[in-house]
Amino acid sequence: MLGVVRQKMLGQSLPKIRPVVSVLRSYSSAAKQMTVRDALNSALDEEMSADPKVFLMGEEVGEYQGAYKISKGLLEKYGPERVRDTPITEAGFAGIGVGAAYYGLKPVVEFMTFNFSMQAIDHIINSAAKSNYMSAGQMSVPIVFRGPNGAAAGVGAQHSQCYAAWYASCPGLKVLTPYSSEDARGLLKAAIRDPDPVVFLENELLYGESFPVSDEVLDSSFCLPIGKAKIERVGRDVTITAFSRMVGHALKAAEILEKDGIDAEVINLRSIRPLDRSTINASVRKTNRLITVEEGFPQHGVGAEICASVVEESFAYLDAPVERIAGADIPMPYAANLERIAVPQVEDIVRAAKRACYRSVPLAAAA
Amino acid sequence: MALSYLRSSSSRSANLLRPLSSAASLRRPISTDTTPITIETSVPFTSHQCEAPSRSVETNPSELLTFFRDMALMRRMEIAADSLYKAKLIRGFCHLYDGQEAVAVGMEAAITKKDCIITAYRDHCTFVGRGGTLLEVFAELMGRQAGCSKGKGGSMHFYKKDSNFYGGHGIVGAQVPLGCGLAFAQKYSKDESVTFALYGDGAANQGQLFEALNISALWDLPAILVCENNHYGMGTAEWRAAKSPAYYKRGDYVPGLKVDGMDALAVKQACKFAKEHALKNGPIILEMDTYRYHGHSMSDPGSTYRTRDEISGIRQERDPIERVRKLVLSHDLATEKELKDIEKEVRKEVDDAIAQAKESPMPEPSELFSNVYAKGLGAESFGADRKEVRATLA
Repeated sequence: MLGVVRQKMLGQSLPKIRPVVSVLRSYSSAAKQMTVRDALNSALDEEMSADPKVFLMGEEVGEYQGAYKISKGLLEKYGPERVRDTPITEAGFAGIGVGAAYYGLKPVVEFMTFNFSMQAIDHIINSAAKSNYMSAGQMSVPIVFRGPNGAAAGVGAQHSQCYAAWYASCPGLKVLTPYSSEDARGLLKAAIRDPDPVVFLENELLYGESFPVSDEVLDSSFCLPIGKAKIERVGRDVTITAFSRMVGHALKAAEILEKDGIDAEVINLRSIRPLDRSTINASVRKTNRLITVEEGFPQHGVGAEICASVVEESFAYLDAPVERIAGADIPMPYAANLERIAVPQVEDIVRAAKRACYRSVPLAAAA
Repeated sequence: MALSYLRSSSSRSANLLRPLSSAASLRRPISTDTTPITIETSVPFTSHQCEAPSRSVETNPSELLTFFRDMALMRRMEIAADSLYKAKLIRGFCHLYDGQEAVAVGMEAAITKKDCIITAYRDHCTFVGRGGTLLEVFAELMGRQAGCSKGKGGSMHFYKKDSNFYGGHGIVGAQVPLGCGLAFAQKYSKDESVTFALYGDGAANQGQLFEALNISALWDLPAILVCENNHYGMGTAEWRAAKSPAYYKRGDYVPGLKVDGMDALAVKQACKFAKEHALKNGPIILEMDTYRYHGHSMSDPGSTYRTRDEISGIRQERDPIERVRKLVLSHDLATEKELKDIEKEVRKEVDDAIAQAKESPMPEPSELFSNVYAKGLGAESFGADRKEVRATLA
């Protein structure tokens, strides 16, 4: 360690001081539960109600009520002018959406999954992300591209990729990854109100999950800031960053680690671009150990960027190498047993955290 | 002929050789009877930029019986897949083809295994038509080693390269340029064979289709684009997705033919015509007017965007298996009982294949890292925890 003297007594159960948590969690006295699906639906509904320029476009969003029922009821409420069923032609309708945004409308373009966004990626990057820069501010593109991202269950190689790293590498885009219903509401509303192109990466397996929501979250003015991560669980011993569905895995891992005397801090990134480097670094300066968790492919992934950021800004504070947990470096297999080992599991996060805390050997040997 | 190995020959020919009670006692065993019969298609072909082939189709008892058996097998297979999905033995996506069997079966009757077929994700029956076995189908659907893709592909990713079946594709429309690429390679290699690139009415509006068609026409590629128009792209009816749902005309300068896709003989005639055309004159479009009884996939009930009356109406009036059954009976080629016996046999074959597939083990964990590359160069690959699980790609 370079000049940083610190005494850490890992493995001893220190009194857990957690008043900070309940202050931070001012929303925690929530009575209501809301699914992520309903959170997204209500956010869309409220933003469409507030601003007539907002419209929704995508496959099966209207009459079918949404492939995953996210847009349920919206066609009935807002009519076919504002809820548009498109043909199965992503390049076409994404381009049309960007054009509409150039002119001043606020399109919400749904991809049935982000795998299909690859058909439209030229418009997302070249037509949307770069326009404000190329035009020196004349052409802002207030568009939201949203839909499920990452692995579902048993959908195979062409339907399981996570696009967070790809989109987040592109300047001009904002990339958001909600986890809870609060995230879904607050970030989607923020995305729709934002004047820049936002890639909004949801997760199919989260749609049916319920989370507590406070009255503040349910209010139609509720909005979360873009570019700010949330500390879901305060801890002292190791930082775990995650986004989307992996936040749930990280929280479960933290519970398991707690039984072994490791107090993990879990950061829900919420925003991949802009990445909240200051929250991440502040956390690592406190804990000195970092595990990054993501579903996507490891090479050039989100974890790689986070690791680089921490090495650049907080090298002196690291007591262990940064650990990366990511999807396996292979196309997603279909067979259930292979799929299970291709996607990060809670035990992977626990194992990596123990390694970072030098807890991979039995306690007796370390004493 | 396709699927010939699927017939359990001994019991069936024994049945057929028994004296029959009907008047046509001089009838030869239908399994080998190739006496030509001419049958009219249900409706004439409609053509675009070409002269339609005759609606009189040459066939024979053996072929008609093969059509019946093969379609009955495909039908039973898909229904069984429905049950397996509901029993959670099949996961993820499962897009069933029941109702559309005549396209797979009629096409095979017109072509050889040197010709290529490529399709999208509704591929189980197309795979079987190319010679895939029921065991390979069910094992793949259940993610087992005996599957055609060793359990790694799943429902949407069946392949059989040795029969020139190139999959099995999940991204709508992608298979069309790929199919034109196969045709390019066939012409480049001077193979005198053609490619059938199948797509749905939903995919018919994809830009990449027109890009590939333009190039195919410029370069005279032996590409036959086959639109399996089942009238719904997931939940969207064709008239809501296409300004012009006359898909056989959408090629503009490329000729097209509209075909009753529920009539296996019409499909056969059209494919034969198309193959001859493509070898001489380049691309052609076939629009098969067909129908799927199931929803888009097992997650779609298929009843929110169409009426049950419509579905049952098609089943009554246009079912492809019933059409062939009526032909066989009206031409006195077999008795009702014989046809029912075939259906029973087919049902047993399907049940046996499922039982066998259930015995097939799941893939070994080491399979996670196989086939990433054809030539791995010793590169490293990693599991979710890269320090715990890593492999060298061979």
